[in-house]
Order: sequence, then C-alpha cells, then structure tokens
Amino acid sequence: MKVKNIILLPLFLLLFGVAFIPVVAVSAQQPTPSDDEVNAIARQLYCPVCENTPLDVCPTTACHQWRELIRQMLAEGKSEADIKQYFVDYYGARVLSEPPRTGINWLVYVVPPVAFLAGAYLLFRAFQTWKRLSKEPFTGADRSSSPGTEPETAKGSGIVEDDAYVARLEEELKKRK
Amino acid sequence: MLAQFGFGVFALTFMLAIFCVGAAVVGYFDKSDRWVEAARRGMLLTFPLITLGVLTLAYLLVTGHYELQYVYSVTSNEMPLYLKITALWGGQAGSLVLWSWLMSAFASAITLRKWERDRDLLPWVVVVTSITLAFFLSLTILYENPFARWWQTAGGDFVPRMFAPSGGIPVSPADGQGLNPLLRHPGMIIHPPMLYLGFVAFVIPFAFAIAALVTGRSDDRWIRLTRRWTLIAWLFLSLGLVLGMRWAYDVLGWGGYWAWDPVEISAFMPWLTGTAFLHSVMIQEKRGMFKQWNMLLIILTYALVIFGTFLTRSGVLSSVHAFAQSAIGPMFFAFIGITFVTSVALLIYRWKDLHAEVEMHSLFSREALFLLNNLLFMGVLIVCFWGVIFPLISELVTGQKVTVGPPFYQRANGPLFGALMAIMGIAPLSAWGRSTFKTLGRALWKPSIPSAIVPVVLAILGVHNWIALIGFALVAFVIFVTLFEFWRGVHSRQNNQNENFLVALWQLAGRNRRRYGGYLIHLSMVVMAIGILGIELFQTTTQKTLAVGEEIQIADYTLRFDSLAQFPYTDGRIVTRAALSVFQGVQYLGNLYPRYDYYPASGQPMTIAGVRSTLADDLYVVLVNWENVSSAQAPFKVYHNPLVNWLWIGSLMFIFGFLVAAWPERDEERWEDKK
Repeated sequence: MKVKNIILLPLFLLLFGVAFIPVVAVSAQQPTPSDDEVNAIARQLYCPVCENTPLDVCPTTACHQWRELIRQMLAEGKSEADIKQYFVDYYGARVLSEPPRTGINWLVYVVPPVAFLAGAYLLFRAFQTWKRLSKEPFTGADRSSSPGTEPETAKGSGIVEDDAYVARLEEELKKRK
Repeated sequence: MLAQFGFGVFALTFMLAIFCVGAAVVGYFDKSDRWVEAARRGMLLTFPLITLGVLTLAYLLVTGHYELQYVYSVTSNEMPLYLKITALWGGQAGSLVLWSWLMSAFASAITLRKWERDRDLLPWVVVVTSITLAFFLSLTILYENPFARWWQTAGGDFVPRMFAPSGGIPVSPADGQGLNPLLRHPGMIIHPPMLYLGFVAFVIPFAFAIAALVTGRSDDRWIRLTRRWTLIAWLFLSLGLVLGMRWAYDVLGWGGYWAWDPVEISAFMPWLTGTAFLHSVMIQEKRGMFKQWNMLLIILTYALVIFGTFLTRSGVLSSVHAFAQSAIGPMFFAFIGITFVTSVALLIYRWKDLHAEVEMHSLFSREALFLLNNLLFMGVLIVCFWGVIFPLISELVTGQKVTVGPPFYQRANGPLFGALMAIMGIAPLSAWGRSTFKTLGRALWKPSIPSAIVPVVLAILGVHNWIALIGFALVAFVIFVTLFEFWRGVHSRQNNQNENFLVALWQLAGRNRRRYGGYLIHLSMVVMAIGILGIELFQTTTQKTLAVGEEIQIADYTLRFDSLAQFPYTDGRIVTRAALSVFQGVQYLGNLYPRYDYYPASGQPMTIAGVRSTLADDLYVVLVNWENVSSAQAPFKVYHNPLVNWLWIGSLMFIFGFLVAAWPERDEERWEDKK
C-alpha cells in the first residue's frame, strides 16, 4: 500500500496544484466546508488504494488527501455529483460503492432477483405437483416413529403425538375457560 | 532440529491420510473389515501426530525461534505469553495448521463412535475426512510451511526455505515483527478458532451424506447420526461471526460491526446454507421429504466452507481481512471444483432413490413454510455469492474492477431478512401435514394484534422510518408468538400436572428441548435484530476538530475535550490518549478515553474507540489519528449507535438457546445405547 501511496502522491499533488489557484480565489468568499459535509460525500466513495474501505474512515495518508480534495471541491462550489464523477474519471468505477448501471454491470442487479424468482417459480410448480399427487386422505401418520427417530418429546412421539400434544394443550386451555 | 521434526511429523501425517483413503476404498470394495479397520485406526492416529506438530510449533513460537519465518512474522520479544501461543493461528501458515488439527480431532472423534449398525458408512466417512485433511496438510507441506527458516542467499537476499538453498547461509534474527496489532484483541484471538471449529464440524455431516450416497442408503440415518455435529458446527460458526463483528466494532474504529466485506460474507455463506439445512433436515426426519434437497444443501455448505477458507487465505479478493496473500489459490480452486462436481454427480446418480416418502399436502403446513424459509436463505445466499464474485467477473471481462458495497447487500437482503422474520413468527403456529389458511389464521390473529400495536406506538413516539416500523413490528410478532407458545405449554402443564409456573416451564422445555431451544434461538435472533435495526437505521455521526475545552454535540449528548496525553507502553507501543467529559443536558455522565496505539516495530497504528454503552445506545468516540493531532487540538469522530447492545445480548441468548436445544435427551441416549 505504501508503494502505491508513493506513486499516487505526485499524482495528487499535480491535481491539487492545478486546482489550487482558482480554489484560493473562491475559498476567500465561501466558508470552509465542515468535516461532516466532507464525510457525507466521502462515505459514498471507496478508497481507490485500499479496497472495500469507505473514504470517510480510511486511515491512510492518501485518503486524508482525497478528503481534503473533496473539501476543496466543495469550497469551489462543486456539487456532490460533480465530485463523485471526478473521482470516477480519475480512478475508475471502483470508487463507487456500487457498480454504475451500465453495460455488463447490469448483471449484478439483474441476476439475484431473476435467480430468486426462478427458485420461487420452481417451488410453486413443485407445490402444485404435490397437491395433485396427494389425493388420498391424510392420516398424519406418514412416517413410522420410534423413540430413536423422534426424540422431540421425552416419550418419543411422532408427528401424530406431536400434533396431538398441541391439540391436547388447546383442549385443556378451552376447558379452563 | 525441532523445525525439521515438526515438518517431518506433518509430512508423515499427510502420507497417513493418503493411506487412510486407500485403505478405506480397498476395504469397501473388497468387503474387507481388516482394511476398513486399518483406515479407521490410521485416522485415529492422525490426531496425536498433528498434535505433536502443533505442540512443536507452539514451543518454537513461545521460545522465540525467530530463525523461522513464521515465528518471526507473528511474534516478538515484548509480546505476552498468551499472544505468543495464540499467534499459532495469527498468520496464514498457522491457521492452515489449525484447520488440519481440528479436522483430525473431529475425524478421530467420529471414528471412535460405535459403528456396528452403520459399518457400511464408515469407510466413506474416513475417505471424505481423510481427503479433506490430506488437502490441508498438502498446503502446509508444499506452500505454507510454518517451519521454513530464513536463509541469506549468495545474492544477499533473505528467503524462507525448509532446506538450504545453494550457497545459502542460515540467518537468526534477534527479534520478530510481532503479531499484527489489529489481531491483538480477545475477540480476534477466539474468532478464528470458533469460525474454523464451525467450518470443520460441517465436514462431518457432509462426510456422512457422501457415505450415504455412495452406499445407496436413502434413509435419514446420516442426518440423525450427525444432528449434534450439525448443531455444534452451526453454534461455532455463529459465534465466530458474532465475535468477528465484536472485533470489528471494538478495533477497526469505524463505528460499525459489519461492512459487507467479501471475507465477512465468505464466512456468512456457509452459515446461510447451514441454517437452511438445520431447518430442512427436520422435514426429512418428520416427513421423509426433501432428501435430495438436504443432500444438496450439505454439499453446498461443504463447498462454501472450503470456498470461505479459500477467500480468506488466498488473498484472491483484496479486503480489510486480506492480511495474508499466497500462492495457494489454484490448489484451493481445483479442490473445490473436484469435490463439488464429484458430490453433485453422486447426488444425480442417486437422485431417484432419494424420492420423498410422502407428498406435500398444504401450502400452509409447517413443511411448506420451512421450504419457503429455505428459499429465502437461498435468496440471501445468491445475493451474497453474486456480490462477492461479480467484481472478479467484471475484472475478467472488462478489465475494470468494481466495488459491490453495503448499499447493494442492504437493498437486496433487507426484504429477504424481513420475510425470514415473518416466517419465524408464522411457522411455529402451523402444523405438520395438513394446515389450512383458516387454521393458521386462527392461530395467528392473537399474536398479530399486539404486534400491530407496536409500530403504532412507535409512530406516535416519533419514529417515522417505515423500514423501522415494519422491522420492529416483525420483531414484536416473533417475540409474541414465541412467548405465546411458551405460555400455552406452561399453562397446560400447570393445569394438567398441577405444577407451579417455574416447574412447568422447566418440564416443558426439558421434555421438548429441540423445540423450545429452537424457540429460544428464534428469540435471540430477533433480539439481535433489534440491535441491527437500531444501528443500521438510526446511527448518526459527526466529526470536528476540537481545541481543549471545546465541545461537540451528538443526539442529546455533549462531549467536552479535556486533555490529550502521549506515552510509551510496556509492550513497546506508543499510546496517544484523549480524555473527554460526557454530558447529557447538564448532567455529567463520565469520561471517555479514545486513543490510538502506534506499534513502531510493524509501523502500524490501531484506533481504539472510547465507548459509553447502555441498553439504549452506545456513544462511540474515535480519535481520528490520521488527521492533525496535538495537545492543544485534536479531531474527533463521534458515533451515536442506538440499541446496538441488543446485538450482543442476543448473541448471549443464542448460546443459552443452543444449550437447551442440543443438551442430550435421556431417552435419545438410551435408544442410541440400545443400538
């Protein structure tokens, strides 16, 4: 990371230096943006050097300088969108917390809901098939039970007793009322 | 000499694991009990052997053998003894050794059980566990050898090698670099073993599942045999995740606990399939349904366990967790591919044998709701998996890397988590088999009414965030349903058995541990959800540079900067500590001491927040160490985290619920003994 910082520092100084002259003129007229105003934008950007770290909490020197750059740009009167676009132009789409909705990036947004809906559809179809198949009256005792196979209750009841247990509870409660 | 011994032990164990695979396969196909028994005993021997290797490594760490590259990289003279011992898993090579050690321990434990009735499964359980063990040992021997030592080559370079490079001179540094400061935290000391315990324990049900597939057993015996292993795996994985969250909250200094970082997600993914599996196996036990699905879930869980270790250890995705990067990626990738394809092929081969014994009768039955729960867990898994691998795909296709950050996961997973909570409330009220909309509705309306009142009251009190209102209504719903279920059972026992409330509660939970333990776990989950909703939706933050005597406001708190001190600590770090007075209105509440520690040996700083923690909120103050700090003025970042403590309280409740659910049943033991 340090090596990257060394590479990026001159780049930053170059950019900062170029932007400096108009900034001085403008900042004389506008109050310096507060840390909170800077962080509000920095929070939405990701450190271009250390991945998966938002710019507002990144402790590296480079990020400190980028926050100062945001402050300068805010003082210049640049909008949030301008500042974000500036970072995207210089460091690529990776500085955004989500891929921009263009080209192949659409896949990131489309695949999960499509996969989920496909799963839901398959499940629904399976339900329909099962319902068609289950024409015989339900006894509740689909599976044989034994103390070893059904340890949910101490006496080793199967689902018949399991449901009966609940029914008995209900019955007792009704009687009390 | 000791290093060579340790390396030799690992190499020998690797060969032994390979032998176990061969012996078990020969034993199965030749129907030779002697070969199978040889494989079993070989498996048992791996544990003492790896233990010997681990003890050797621990001794070298504690005694400061800095000539070994691993010892040099994770310990230093000033580190206390406990940190030198836990440095065993503080680096890449050590954590892979830990994996192997736990694997051999669990595999040995499972081979010690009585196998009479399930003798046919034994060889394949040995094969799966031995292959997994051999794979991790091969990584240790070939790529990440903790016993490699420093050599100076003829060209003057320092290289770590097990054996002398040509013209190499052995080098023995007087001190080491020391453990990464970020890892010197109780949460991070326990977090990796917990996570690995969870990861490794999931190998056991997977091994039994594969054994059942190979031998063609279509019953649910493999599930019953590994029920407790599954629960233990789930417990440790859950605790590993929570400890990781706590570590992040305490140490990383960004006021949160979960950043949807790829490595966090890699540990979360097997938890998702594991949780789905835990619910889904109940349907197979009760109704003989979803056999194929359960097989697929455990295969996925195993693949994700290896994938999780791969992401954490290979450095393929750079993130805050990627402390270690190495060249083991391709090995992992091949192993995941081969085991996954083989397992799925085996499942397809047995697909028809694993048909359901009964069919689904109602969309409102408990099994239908469990299936819906599974669908939702799979939905979260798809979001997580896709979010993690998409940046790689993007980089491969376009050459440009993108970030898939928290907004994506929050937006996609939020509704799914909400639906999961709704199911958590509805499912306990449904019955197995036939359950109609009417019967379910009858059971639902009572707990629904107080749950609906909660958001109304919150709205009147000034909460107008609709996500929060829905979230808290769902939390209330689950709590009311669960308490209602407890009350129903206790009330009935009080009437039937004439027991007092506490005795009735004890007896009820004692006789239905799995059910009521499960309910307690549900309660713990929604208590955690209270904390998550609080911090995610209502966290506020502010940052300001303060001169001594100046104040900063957040929520209804005022913090005054009193002083700043810098001093060296006994372990070599330089501590910069600020003192702030906290007020609520005019009432003085106490002092907070945010600090940052600088470790000159490694050149790394560490931010430690000052935290005032109550049930209502946390006041979390960070000394922003990378800005300009002096004794006269310093920048502070303050977070107000409402309700976050409920996250940690919920995790403690979770352990209690687990103990209730997993405590051995007397009848079950007796039955197992008979078998």
